[in-house]
Amino acid sequence: MANPLRSEVIALYKHLLYLGRNYPKGATYFKERLKHAFMKNKDETDPEKIRTLVKRGDFVIKELEALYFLRKYRTMKHRYYDEHKK
Amino acid sequence: MSGRVLVGVKRVIDYAVKIRVKPDHSGVVTEGVKHSMNPFCEIAVEEAVKMKEKKLIKEVVAVSCGPQQVQETIRTALAMGADRGIHVEVSAKEYESLGPLQVSKILAALAKKEEAQLIILGKQAIDGDCNQTGQMTAALLDWPQGTFASEVTLEGGHVKVVREIDGGLETIKINTPAVLTADLRLNTPRYATLPNIMKAKKKKIANVKPADLGVELASKLQVLRVDAPPQREAGVKVESVADLVAKLKEAGTI
Repeated sequence: MANPLRSEVIALYKHLLYLGRNYPKGATYFKERLKHAFMKNKDETDPEKIRTLVKRGDFVIKELEALYFLRKYRTMKHRYYDEHKK
Repeated sequence: MSGRVLVGVKRVIDYAVKIRVKPDHSGVVTEGVKHSMNPFCEIAVEEAVKMKEKKLIKEVVAVSCGPQQVQETIRTALAMGADRGIHVEVSAKEYESLGPLQVSKILAALAKKEEAQLIILGKQAIDGDCNQTGQMTAALLDWPQGTFASEVTLEGGHVKVVREIDGGLETIKINTPAVLTADLRLNTPRYATLPNIMKAKKKKIANVKPADLGVELASKLQVLRVDAPPQREAGVKVESVADLVAKLKEAGTI
């Protein structure tokens, strides 16, 4: 792996691992799939391709944050606001 | 005005965890259960940090009352952008009987000590569901309050607050210093990034005891018993429309 991109990739992995702790299907499930996804591309050397993969990782981060937010928002809304309509 | 905002945060059992009542009905099981920051407190922290980013205020101070573990919650607030934290140390035993009245006395004392311009709290905690701390704090300080805030605009010496009430939305204008409590739609709390979490480790968390603030923790309330809500009864399957009508008539619905 090209040197400057190595730290980016590692930072991405660490961040996804951190976010995966709250994954609804469980942290272990997430970690297995995360590791598999990164290992699949471990021999990639083309910097352009690596950057594209990192961008995909950033996209997954945004998806996870949106998932967590919506889950929490919907649960809170259902618990505290929807009762009133009954 | 000091430009300082005090944000109260509470460590509660995570919202997604299934709550179990202890076998002796004295409370709920908290040992080994996942805890996190109260969702409404997250919204409060986000609002304060947003104000600082817009340069409307100068400093965000995160406060939490409780035993050692609440420091994690203060660290989360610091990672979201609070500048420093205050941990009001309460022993595990005293924490069991700590309620809104004591917390509001503590917050009122801190607000005076820190010369806070605003106190922002979550509207209620998802464990106690009291919805009292903000209101009591404002009363103790004789400050105006903007509760159930779904929109806050800081303008000079006052705040315009849009409140979510039963009839819809109410807009009020109150002077600062004031107490605000955050409602669900106030904002979308940010996620702490790993670099921010690392940075937060360097931010200071001061240790304070309630006695230092002149607050007595004795509670006049005692929890007698905690029960789980009744199990939902199974539904009844009917074979035909006539059956359905008969059952509805039986239930007195038609």
